[in-house]
Amino acid sequence: MWESVKEFASEFFVTGDPLIYGADVSIVLSMIAIVSVLTYFKKWGWLWREWLTTVDHKKIGIMYILASVLMLFRGGVDALLMRAQLAMPEMQFLSGDHYNQIFTTHGVIMILFMAMPLMFGLFNVIVPLQLGARDVAFPFLNALSFWLFFSGAMLFNLSFVIGGSPDAGWLAYPPYSELAFNPGPGQDFYIWGIQISGIGSLMTGINFIVTILKVRAPGMTLMKMPMFSWSVLSSCIAIVFAFPILTVTLALLFIDRYLGGHFFTLDGGGNPMMYINLIWMWGHPEVYIIVLPAFGIFSEIVATFSRKKLFGYKSMVFAMIIISVLSFLVWAHHFFTMGSGADVNAFFAVTTMLIAIPTGVKVFNWLFTMFRGKITFETPMLWTVGIIPNFVIGGMTGVLLSVAPADFQYHNSYFLVAHFHQVIIAGVVFGFFAGLYYWWPKIFGFKLNERIGRWAFWLWNIGFYLCFMPQYALGLMGMTRRLYTYGWDKGWFEMNLVSTIGAVIMGAAFLVQIWDIAHSIKHMKRDTTGDPWNARTLEWSIPSPAPFYNFAVMPQVTSQDDWHERKLRIEQGLEKPAKVELEPIHMPKNSGIPIVMSMFWFFVGFGLIFDWLWMAVPGFIGVIGCMVVHSFNYDTDYYVTVEEIKRTEAEAGRVIT
Amino acid sequence: MKTSKTVRCMSFLFMFILLFLTTGCADNYIVLDPKGPIGEQQKDLMILSTLLTLIVIVPVLILTFVIVWRYRDRKGRKAKYTPNWEHSTKLEIIWWGIPIIIITLIGIVTVRYTYSLEPSKPLESEKKPITIQVTNLDWKWLFQYPEQGIATVNYVQFPEDVPVRFEVTSDAPMNSFWIPQLGGQIYAMSGMSMTLYLQADEQGEYMGSGANFTGKEFAKMFFTANATSQEDFDQWVNQVKNTSPELTLDGYKELTKQGTSDARYFSAFPEGLYEMTVTKYAASHNHGLSTRVQPPARVKE
Ligand code: HEM
Ligand SMILES: [Cu+2]
Ligand SMILES: [Cu+2]
Repeated sequence: MWESVKEFASEFFVTGDPLIYGADVSIVLSMIAIVSVLTYFKKWGWLWREWLTTVDHKKIGIMYILASVLMLFRGGVDALLMRAQLAMPEMQFLSGDHYNQIFTTHGVIMILFMAMPLMFGLFNVIVPLQLGARDVAFPFLNALSFWLFFSGAMLFNLSFVIGGSPDAGWLAYPPYSELAFNPGPGQDFYIWGIQISGIGSLMTGINFIVTILKVRAPGMTLMKMPMFSWSVLSSCIAIVFAFPILTVTLALLFIDRYLGGHFFTLDGGGNPMMYINLIWMWGHPEVYIIVLPAFGIFSEIVATFSRKKLFGYKSMVFAMIIISVLSFLVWAHHFFTMGSGADVNAFFAVTTMLIAIPTGVKVFNWLFTMFRGKITFETPMLWTVGIIPNFVIGGMTGVLLSVAPADFQYHNSYFLVAHFHQVIIAGVVFGFFAGLYYWWPKIFGFKLNERIGRWAFWLWNIGFYLCFMPQYALGLMGMTRRLYTYGWDKGWFEMNLVSTIGAVIMGAAFLVQIWDIAHSIKHMKRDTTGDPWNARTLEWSIPSPAPFYNFAVMPQVTSQDDWHERKLRIEQGLEKPAKVELEPIHMPKNSGIPIVMSMFWFFVGFGLIFDWLWMAVPGFIGVIGCMVVHSFNYDTDYYVTVEEIKRTEAEAGRVIT
Repeated sequence: MKTSKTVRCMSFLFMFILLFLTTGCADNYIVLDPKGPIGEQQKDLMILSTLLTLIVIVPVLILTFVIVWRYRDRKGRKAKYTPNWEHSTKLEIIWWGIPIIIITLIGIVTVRYTYSLEPSKPLESEKKPITIQVTNLDWKWLFQYPEQGIATVNYVQFPEDVPVRFEVTSDAPMNSFWIPQLGGQIYAMSGMSMTLYLQADEQGEYMGSGANFTGKEFAKMFFTANATSQEDFDQWVNQVKNTSPELTLDGYKELTKQGTSDARYFSAFPEGLYEMTVTKYAASHNHGLSTRVQPPARVKE
């Protein structure tokens, strides 16, 4: 008996690596710490009522952001481990297997469990406020999306200590990701972690499309909608078309692995090329899904801090819609070298280049928003201005890669690695940072410290250039990606060393940001205006942080930048703060079903990963049960009384007459 | 701004490091130092497309700097301020127009080269091409010379100035066959035989590698591609024929087992081995460039 327990444990838990024992210990310790703090301060009930069961889009947004920062930490540690291994030739720090697992989890976590939730967090916190809405269209679904993402992410991260991590790259190309070459549970963790959170992403896409189309404030026609909301719409349209492809692709891979199918196997007539096509039909739109909202963020920030209207609104909208359509027509540029023939390559090369046109137009429009403006450089603007040259260079190398015959030389090299990090870090992540700095006071009611923020900005940027410019060079020196080691004879040492130094600086920059947050909480100065940047859109017309019902009175929108125009009218005495009639507000009730149902999904995933049907089947029954319970629950809403509204507004310093 | 002094220090250091990087070790940039016609044209294309994109990029970078500098808010500023100026058809036509023109140019060049550099297109040469069959194994490259009857592992030699017809397949997860100084890569896929023409115009030893991740010791898949004179090549073939062991079918099975390998040489290989490798994965899905290979009548055991 004891022997078999021991044998089970040694296969079940990942053993034999001091790094992992360290992780085990710290996971257990932090669990104990969290549980004891909650118990000691009697906070369990509060946690459950205020957070775990909430359907308030602002709280859900905060949870998304918190989770993504944790994931940024995990992904960042992965990155530093890899850069440490590559700092010198013939380094003995990580073994091949370990390195392969780390670059795989790094990629998956950064894109799916860091960038995506950070983006969803910003969607959640800001979009309803910008639209003048009380919540998203489907608040319950929204909570469910979050918890599905969360259990997917936890499942994926668990592979680090239980069963072993996947090691086939962030897109898990077969046949390497098939059972024949990858028999362990790691690859199944990959499949189920992504599947479960992917359902959440798809539902978020639907939710925000409906929200944007259906619950805007009266008077806000689509062409009066703030640019960030437009970018969210275009991104969500891409989500709705792209994510089902991912779900199907991973399901087929799962059938291969679990039921012995031959869709993508080496033998039995399997065709791995089919997978590579399918995964990029999702994968390319995915990169635009995450970058479009960043474009929206820049547009908001540039207009606010140039004290000027956004230039070329219509062009911007048009460009984003074109990008989201075109992004579905370029996938084969990820495998020009698979020998599909000149016709196919020529077609996909040209469609890829076409994307650069609307992207370039957006940059011009930002520049001409600043032109003849009055620019100030608070942190959100600092990031935005810093991003422009960065993103322009990243876009340029994208066009270079899209020159198909030349891509035969760039493909799979560090040149490619540098390109996508430049667009994803300097475009997406920095863009989301800019958005965080910008909307932070709206979310939490106080600004972040500007001085520490500037330090973080400079460290991130300098670290970025040091880390990734040398990688372009390494690509031209013939260094291929995903190497865990290389020899002294290659001449790659210097550039790799500089690159590692850059990575360390970015790590430091992350710590500075955490310090910035801690410092700002400690020396908090409450924002009593609700509009600390003197901004232009509706979210700034209400107190910060926004009361749980958002708008005490529904705003009546008459123009683009409605809040800015209203401020002008009040200033000129054209509009008196109107006397308003408060009415009870209709709000959704909290629900425990999303978190419970997602826990069941977790068991389904975990059971299937280890082929434990005794766990998967009850898990699945639990999922169905939750659906049934929810569909018979008619007690889902309530009204906020006028007294409570008055009290809440008064607490936020607003008097309603 | 209080930080500005530190910032200036940091950017100075940063410029210094960039300077250190860009000078020296120029001969490491092997992709930009091609030794064959394919790599040569790919390099030209890389440079041409870079120049064309720079036509847009450089003005944009300058413009960014000028605008940010000129319109920053400060006391006594003389620059214009037009808070409601939000549209200009003329300007917008200009910046839809410029990228369209540049992209059209790059597009035309790209399409042309896509056809002319099609990897399976034979190179123009008076000399008859030599065929080398490449198999990707875990984690080594097997080269077979059907005309000479020899085989090698992780080392490939061929005469200079003679087109080499590489036929590439895989008996392991998908890899990518790449000799940067001769030209671009091609995927090595099971069940398919891809054709890649390359040629060396100069004698020399060139680095070759597997460019697509295939697992644990993928990083050890480098090989040497040695271009020599015709005499040296013939002599080398003879030497291998006379002094090296034969590759048997069992020997091949041994090679397919996971593991790394040094350079190895074989005086002979089982007839039809390459064709057998390609066809054993049910070539049910030929496409584009991959040629249909006839199954060998019988594999010599
Ligand atoms: C001007 C716009 C862009 C163009 C023309 C472009 C072009 C390309 C091309 C041709 C490749 C394939 C290169 C190869 O595999 O050899 C590529 C790879 C990639 N690009 Fe871009 N790109 C652009 C913008 C972006 C943006 C905005 C993002 C993300 C936000 C992005 C993310 C990526 C990623 C993640 C990969 C490859 C990942 C992998 O192979 O693992 N790109 N790009
Ligand atoms: Cu792409
Ligand atoms: Cu193929």
